[in-house]
Amino acid sequence: MSYKGKFRVWRGDSEGGDLKDYEVEVNEGEVVLDVIHRLQATQAPDLAVRWNCKAGKCGSCSAEINGMPKLMCMCRMNTFEEDEVVTVTPMRTFPVMRDLVTDVSYNYQKAREIPAFTPPADLKPGEYRMQQVDVERSQEFRKCIECFLCQDTCHVIRDHEENKESFSGPRFLMRIAELDMHPLDAADRQHEAQEQHGLGFCNITKCCTEVCPEHIKITDNALIPMKERVVDRKYDPIVWLGNKIRRRGA
Amino acid sequence: MTELERHSYDVVVIGAGGAGLRAAIEAREQGKRTAIVCKSLFGKAHTVMAEGGCAAAMGNANSNDNWQVHYRDTMRGGKFLNNWRMAELHAQEAPDRVWELETYGALFDRTPDGRISQRNFGGHTYPRLAHVGDRTGLELIRTLQQKIVSLQQEDFQATGDYEANLKVYAECTVTELLKDGDAISGAFGYWRESGRFILFDAPAVVLATGGVGKSFKVTSNSWEYTGDGHALAMRAGATLINMEFIQFHPTGMVWPPSVKGILVTESVRGDGGVLKNSEGKRFMFEYVPDVFRAQYAETEDEADRWYKDPDNNRRPPELLPRDEVARAINSEVKAGRGTPHGGVFLDVSTRLPAEEITRRLPSMHHQFKELADVDITAEPMEVGPTCHYVMGGVEVDPDTAQSVVPGLFAAGEVAGGMHGSNRLGGNSLSDLLVFGRRAGMGAATYVDQLGSERPKIAEADIDAAAAEALAPFELEGGENPYTIHTELQQSMNDLVGIIRKEEEMERALAKLAEYRGRIAKMTVEGHRQFNPGWHLALDLRNMLTVSECVAKAALQRQESRGGHTRDDFPGMNADWRKLLLVCSLDTDGGVNVVRKDQIPMRDDLLELFELDELKKYLTEEELPAT
Ligand SMILES: Cc1cc2nc3c(=O)[nH]c(=O)nc-3n(C[C@H](O)[C@H](O)[C@H](O)COP(=O)(O)OP(=O)(O)OC[C@H]3O[C@@H](n4cnc5c(N)ncnc54)[C@H](O)[C@@H]3O)c2cc1C
Ligand code: SF4
Ligand code: SF4
Ligand code: FES
Repeated sequence: MSYKGKFRVWRGDSEGGDLKDYEVEVNEGEVVLDVIHRLQATQAPDLAVRWNCKAGKCGSCSAEINGMPKLMCMCRMNTFEEDEVVTVTPMRTFPVMRDLVTDVSYNYQKAREIPAFTPPADLKPGEYRMQQVDVERSQEFRKCIECFLCQDTCHVIRDHEENKESFSGPRFLMRIAELDMHPLDAADRQHEAQEQHGLGFCNITKCCTEVCPEHIKITDNALIPMKERVVDRKYDPIVWLGNKIRRRGA
Repeated sequence: MTELERHSYDVVVIGAGGAGLRAAIEAREQGKRTAIVCKSLFGKAHTVMAEGGCAAAMGNANSNDNWQVHYRDTMRGGKFLNNWRMAELHAQEAPDRVWELETYGALFDRTPDGRISQRNFGGHTYPRLAHVGDRTGLELIRTLQQKIVSLQQEDFQATGDYEANLKVYAECTVTELLKDGDAISGAFGYWRESGRFILFDAPAVVLATGGVGKSFKVTSNSWEYTGDGHALAMRAGATLINMEFIQFHPTGMVWPPSVKGILVTESVRGDGGVLKNSEGKRFMFEYVPDVFRAQYAETEDEADRWYKDPDNNRRPPELLPRDEVARAINSEVKAGRGTPHGGVFLDVSTRLPAEEITRRLPSMHHQFKELADVDITAEPMEVGPTCHYVMGGVEVDPDTAQSVVPGLFAAGEVAGGMHGSNRLGGNSLSDLLVFGRRAGMGAATYVDQLGSERPKIAEADIDAAAAEALAPFELEGGENPYTIHTELQQSMNDLVGIIRKEEEMERALAKLAEYRGRIAKMTVEGHRQFNPGWHLALDLRNMLTVSECVAKAALQRQESRGGHTRDDFPGMNADWRKLLLVCSLDTDGGVNVVRKDQIPMRDDLLELFELDELKKYLTEEELPAT
């Protein structure tokens, strides 16, 4: 069942680097991350790669496999032909640190710029009451494992370093939508999304949704509804206020 | 003099899982400048993988539930070896800790009346686990992470600096704790990216480093679980207890080989999944031990009725505590009634409609589909035991989480005592919150009491820590750390695994001695920048120390209890229940194990149990006078 797979892996650091060819054993049932680990253990002990759970739960092992943003631990080897060359490169949107490891601090900065959940002042712990149907919308977005593949793929910042300052990317626009749709959040989110996080840059190409390993409908369920609300509100701020009050009463 | 960057904090928390983050939140809220140090990126710690839920007797799903019932379940699960004070605090405080998460923004699944929904789990009398589908750990860690961010935002408002009072040092590994006399003075480590050294001056250190599973071959644990905190504590002079108790989760994936060990959540059984052998038989009915006979169903009909009407039926034996189920599966496979890939069948496909399965168990559905080509809504899974959790850990004071070393605290999986000989599912996430908070408080109080007299770090200690960290680069022509790691895992799996024998454990100890020699002589290639070979070389020392604790304590304990099963001593023995095995390091780095009496349970807690039940666990002298 096992065969010699052809791998081409980007090796290098912030100064530069290139693709290196390897031949490495591949066994039945393996994923790309297994093969990268075998490379580490047998031929390239200093090959840098991030991973934790090996089960698609932690979002550490993001990379580009044959150019597609993917989790290495969820990419089965049997999706390739045995004689196919599998090319593994680091995420392109973030600066390389070493080999397959990139500097993703941009994402943590953006996370920090979104005002935290703001509960109603008078509600004590243990008194929160919410209906399942009302939490489900935000729950979908909270499935996010912060793999940052959607950030990697979004054309607004991929190869456009200059937009990073004013655009927080799908992951964090979705975080704002999540808070906006939280039944008990008391803060104004739409203004913030548009003005400080660059919602206007998004032209709903849905590339982010396509790569999301959690299958979150980022564009349809988070970004488009946010855009719609922002538009409504531009004409009529009362709409926003009304929305919040109605939802709170529910 | 060693070249390094140097920072000064009141409290340094090592670990960014549930325990570490909760501890850091508390320390910062108590006004202490706090650092969090972790090996992975922020938000990726092991806690993220927890699936089933977080146990807390909120009584939302069944109003009969309260802390006393939770306490009893926890003590039973741990076969009465638990530190009863920890179990008490845990059961009492867990509900507040869960409710608090909602104020941080957590969104748990709801009951019809809008409260937090609770699910059934092995060993818990009532539905008790707060959950979000089967990704509860992700919710927990993201919520705590977002709370940290919100505290940083407050600091930004006040000072213009997000990191003024609370900073995360991610992808940074601590390799040594430093002391001034008896007391902690700081921590030494390296940045994984650059390999450069970093030093923290801090009078209080909270260990929240999680577990040790990477010493075993088949495990649900990630590369982070190399027992660093356990080993750091020992090198700093602290003690470990209960190290012989390792939880083998009954249901890990068994196929394909590359995912062997990856967890299949207990919720599959909690939600109706059943275990069958190759003959199609629900074998768990054969394995209900006497101590649990009264609480578990005897027929399939009764077991099935329990899901709908738990007040009038006894629970299915699939929901026995984990140690029982793991041993049962082991026996079925050994008796030749296993599946093609050496496990047993776990079937939920014939028990629930497909939509229900994908709604309740979305990540299991996804995991099997993607990794094993199995559709769990249509066919059974193949599962078998996997090394999952270490009950043992740093011996701490229950109320403050302080170890025997002044200034050194521990919480979460790295701490020992709370779970006794076996942890109930869901009791870890709640443990992280309850004792994480207590450790943060304990550290803050300790720092307050110190006043301005803070322990100082000696220059010589820094140089020694640096030399130790660089040692693997010094030698040429030695072995590759990956080879030694693989052998260590195999030995622990085979010789100190789920069923243990004296002769095998002796062999394990001989092996460990051999690895010790080889580790001293191994070679690492390349440079200090993001070098996984070097990282593994440093972690291996810790795994070796921890493995030695496990093997030595297991060899001493001549009984079977919870996560410690002796083929040569199959029964529980009340005299052994009274005894803790305490591990410490002797001066040449070897592991010492001594026996210590347990503190007797307080009378009002003893009274929560029927005398008949107590008789199964306690010695004659320990029983309450009647
Ligand atoms: C697959 C799986 C499912 C689980 N499901 C459940 C469940 O449903 N319910 C439940 O209650 N429990 C569950 N558990 C158990 C529970 O998740 C863990 O016991 C718990 O998360 C441990 O948390 P912690 O805070 O102690 O440590 P962790 O979350 O593991 O965090 C450890 C931290 O310490 C850091 N660290 C370690 N060593 C060093 C070092 N040398 N220097 C710096 N940092 C270091 C790591 O980087 C990490 O940040 C599950 C476990 C697994 C593996
Ligand atoms: S939909 Fe918007 S956010 Fe998503 S990739 Fe396209 S432009 Fe980027
Ligand atoms: S939204 Fe999806 S793709 Fe984006 S970071 Fe989260 S999990 Fe990854
Ligand atoms: S290793 Fe966790 S998502 Fe791949």
